[in-house]
Amino acid sequence: MAEITFSKEELSRYNRHLIIPEFNIEGQRKLKGAKVLVVGTGGLGAPLLQYLAAAGVGTIGVLDFDIVEDSNLQRQVLFSTDDIGKPKVLAAKERLEGLNPYINIVTHNVRLTSENALDIVKDYDLVADGTDNFPTRYLVNDACVLLGKTNVYASIYRFDGQVSVFNYKNEDGVFGPNYRDLFPSPPPPGLVPSCAEGGVLGVLPGIVGSLQANEVIKVITGIGEPLVGRLFLFDAINFETRTVKVHCDENNPLNGKNPTITELIDYQEFCGLKTSEEDGVKEISVKEFLDLQQSEEPFQLIDVREDFEYEIANIEGVHIPLADVEEEVAQIVSDRKVVIHCKSGGRSKKAIELLEKEFGFSNLYNLTGGVDAYFDEVDAN
Amino acid sequence: MARVIIPTPLRKFTNDQASFETNSSTVFEAIKAIAVAFPEIQKHLFDENDQIRNFIRIYLGDEDINVLDKEQTALSPNDELSIIPAIAGGKD
Repeated sequence: MAEITFSKEELSRYNRHLIIPEFNIEGQRKLKGAKVLVVGTGGLGAPLLQYLAAAGVGTIGVLDFDIVEDSNLQRQVLFSTDDIGKPKVLAAKERLEGLNPYINIVTHNVRLTSENALDIVKDYDLVADGTDNFPTRYLVNDACVLLGKTNVYASIYRFDGQVSVFNYKNEDGVFGPNYRDLFPSPPPPGLVPSCAEGGVLGVLPGIVGSLQANEVIKVITGIGEPLVGRLFLFDAINFETRTVKVHCDENNPLNGKNPTITELIDYQEFCGLKTSEEDGVKEISVKEFLDLQQSEEPFQLIDVREDFEYEIANIEGVHIPLADVEEEVAQIVSDRKVVIHCKSGGRSKKAIELLEKEFGFSNLYNLTGGVDAYFDEVDAN
Repeated sequence: MARVIIPTPLRKFTNDQASFETNSSTVFEAIKAIAVAFPEIQKHLFDENDQIRNFIRIYLGDEDINVLDKEQTALSPNDELSIIPAIAGGKD
């Protein structure tokens, strides 16, 4: 890496790295030569991106499709109030370039999909996964495994954090465990901890994303023992930490004994979140539903979210949480149209499938996109 | 008694109890005992065939029970079992 040089200003900036004997100029050169893709600029991305930029990672890819909202600012300390309404990747680029003008920030203002993931990931040495949903977790993992890239993983939920380094290639060229070795399949919608609930303590991603940044820097520089074959667990509410082992599973469909996944798949479907007419559940769009509300046609509306979600905001549906649907089936009418909704459409689809299969209902419609889509549409108008 | 650590996402089914003490002699019995004590947690831990769900990992100390004797792994009185769920973030 002799070709990587530093200006006087950079040497001064990185002084506290350079004077660590294990790190020194070699470690700093490796950082400058590295290309890291950060998927998600949310709670985890905020500390991750800032520390990677400050540390002098030469090329940082920033991937997100969202815009900054006020509800992000409780934890996404990369953004300020003035950024509300801006695309996250642009706000991030501005902030990071202000933090360190000697690095290159590449923005990807897109949703990571099975169609674009390989093309984006291939240009980077390493990926840091800071996303917030299961389909993207599996997508990032699979893309990294198929391309042989290390995936530095962190995940949070309420008060819990997890960190690991997946698909790390050791000195002998052997890859360590990946996400599918740890979790072969995602929780189906409606089962804890799926979309039934969300929420996160604001400072938690700050802690966990910083640990993730630390692992990224260790992997790039080759310093210390990366968190390979191990999963770090943090319970913020009781302040308990544990590190458990992760083993390669010979049944891993990506790189086990008999691989069955050789290209990227449909991750919405894999995670049971696909809601289309093809699978038999009738859908009603928000627009059609709004028309229905305005019409004279009688209908029943059912909300299958959890109690606390209902309390935060509801659209006056009969409230029957998904887990109670069978027990409360008597409340559901069969003589007129019934629209069932949840937060984004996954749990309500489950409810309809169950009711059709077990009780023979044929008048049930899934509100496509759930209350999230409903409020978006109403807000837009 | 062996102790099972309940992850926070499942504590709403255990009256916020963070751990569960049991005299069970195997991992399966211990996890089953939680479901008996807190019936609402049953379907989150077990599938229709009464198998522990595969998006939940069970650890004895720092070791995955899948590399031990799986659900039949023997428990000793001072053992600590952890239930580790997949978590993805605040959405979906």
